Amino acid sequence: MALRTGAFVNVIQSAIPAVSEAIALLYSNHPLVESGGFADFHVSVRAATGVRRWLRRQVLFEFDGARPFKPLPFPQAFPMLEWGLNWCVSNHCNNLLVFHAAVIAHENRALILAAPPGYGKSTLCAALVNCGWRLLSDELTLIDPASGNVLPLARPVSLKNASIGVIRSFAPDAPLSRIVTDTVKGSVAHMRPPVGSVQRANEPAKPHWIVFPRFQSGAPTTLSPYAKARAFMQLADNAFNYNVHGKRGFETVADLVSSSGCYEFSYGNLNEAVSVFDTLAKSAP
Amino acid sequence: MARRNLVLIALTQPRATASWSASDWDTLVRQARRSNLLGHLAFRLEAANMLAGAPPGALAHLDAARILAQHQQQAVEREVAEIRQSLAATGVDIILLKGAAYAIAGLRAAKGRIFSDVDILVPKQALLEVESALMQHGWISTHHDPYDQRYYRRWMHELPPMRHIIRQTVIDVHHAILPETARLKPDSAKLRTAAVPLEGKKGLFVFSPADIVLHSATHLFHDGELEHGLRDLVDLDTLLREFAQQAGFWDMLVERAAELDLRRPLYYALRYTAHILGTPVPPQILQAAEAGKPVPVIDRLMDALFVRALCPDHSSVADRFTPIARRILYVRSHWLRMPPLLLVYHLTIKAFSSRSSED
Repeated sequence: MALRTGAFVNVIQSAIPAVSEAIALLYSNHPLVESGGFADFHVSVRAATGVRRWLRRQVLFEFDGARPFKPLPFPQAFPMLEWGLNWCVSNHCNNLLVFHAAVIAHENRALILAAPPGYGKSTLCAALVNCGWRLLSDELTLIDPASGNVLPLARPVSLKNASIGVIRSFAPDAPLSRIVTDTVKGSVAHMRPPVGSVQRANEPAKPHWIVFPRFQSGAPTTLSPYAKARAFMQLADNAFNYNVHGKRGFETVADLVSSSGCYEFSYGNLNEAVSVFDTLAKSAP
Repeated sequence: MARRNLVLIALTQPRATASWSASDWDTLVRQARRSNLLGHLAFRLEAANMLAGAPPGALAHLDAARILAQHQQQAVEREVAEIRQSLAATGVDIILLKGAAYAIAGLRAAKGRIFSDVDILVPKQALLEVESALMQHGWISTHHDPYDQRYYRRWMHELPPMRHIIRQTVIDVHHAILPETARLKPDSAKLRTAAVPLEGKKGLFVFSPADIVLHSATHLFHDGELEHGLRDLVDLDTLLREFAQQAGFWDMLVERAAELDLRRPLYYALRYTAHILGTPVPPQILQAAEAGKPVPVIDRLMDALFVRALCPDHSSVADRFTPIARRILYVRSHWLRMPPLLLVYHLTIKAFSSRSSED
């Protein structure tokens, strides 16, 4: 059996109970594809063998027999699968422009949230998709240079450290996986994407807003215009494969920036943040 | 479906792909990716007008590989320009090797090829001067362990790889095409004398066509890493088909192999490209190359080993002897690189140092 996430078919093998449990919880709304067709990524997550397993159990991520990462401590098996699947997309899909950014949509108008780790991008994304926005991805914005459209992935949202508790109280009904502690990113948990987002994972969206968010404890909520030239540079810096596309990459990012409203957004309160974006969604033509 | 080498079929009989199922295309893309041949395959299928038959998923990956390969072609051109500029003051003639040579000389073998680093060859007496010029322009040695430094400088045919601190690109500076300690001793001076200048790029050279093939053959059959064996064999096939258009090429190839002490690698190269990829080698040339044939028992053993190791390194084509074949060829490559005592010494040091660095 293979799992469809947006445009991609993933064949996932794992005998680790924590992995199958998390998949059952987080991917319960995703369509399954009969095996025997074309699959984009063949991956496995399994316990490392060898002498080491008696000392400290470790887990391996394999991409069709290749091991792109060093083994991780055994409890991190499921996060490793998620990171591995992100790597599959960001490393192989050079037919698309791949940005390290979250992306959500309102009536097929996409809002791209680009920020370095720790700026509250995933938290904001998780909150907004629990308030009616459609999740395309919390991690990878995929732009098809041919159409300029954003392609959805609709995979689980990765929450780190304090944002796990924040989302738990903001959206108590959103299913979260078990918290895995002591990863390189600290504690992580994944949130199940809303069923509506998964059902519409084949519907591309048109880029409409680009927002550079920043969470600061106690900061007032402000949304202010952001210079397009700076937005261009920020996005290009945040792309995994901007240089691979050469001139076409430049034109795609230029189109993306000129056809979108660009903003920087600072926030300290999630409820206020959500209402700012709801207003934005209603006000724009 | 078991153990079918679909990359090979797609390359040699592209029309056969017309009747393939989505599952065949799935295996094809996986095998080609593992063999570093996805970009090359995309160009070959396009040239044969067979891309239309690919399922959309497979097409996306072939497209992605083609875009990456085009980017790498431009990147290698820029990198070579940087290297040339950085070494201009030394006045040393630079011979480009392998992928960089194919790309800059505009050879067909460059199309769709993935490049990892740029390899150049300079005279041995110019090594230090070249190394310091590169250091002044931002390249630094990647091996900091004193044993590794000594290993390269005393026994190998190249400096330890150098990485550019800003661009992160890697250059391998060679003074020969095989280690000093290797069984075969091709004379670097002869290779340099026959090198061909690149038009409009003063100071840059590539080997002569025959020497390009012999170097590629030596690299594949006498210098180890068979992980991308099929890719290297495809390189050889593409080079041979292109150079065969030049008058006198085949005779020159046999002659140069004798002059450079490379009859054995040429024998293997012609035998396996013709056998596996159907390279049109003239029969009298195949016969002449038998001067490099090993004794019959070794010849048969090598057939058994290479036919396995020159498949994609993917579970869909491996049989139960494939892992051991790869292992034996790996050991063989070390055996050919250095005399037995030195090999024991080297492996002993490596065994202990890798254990301590793991902890």
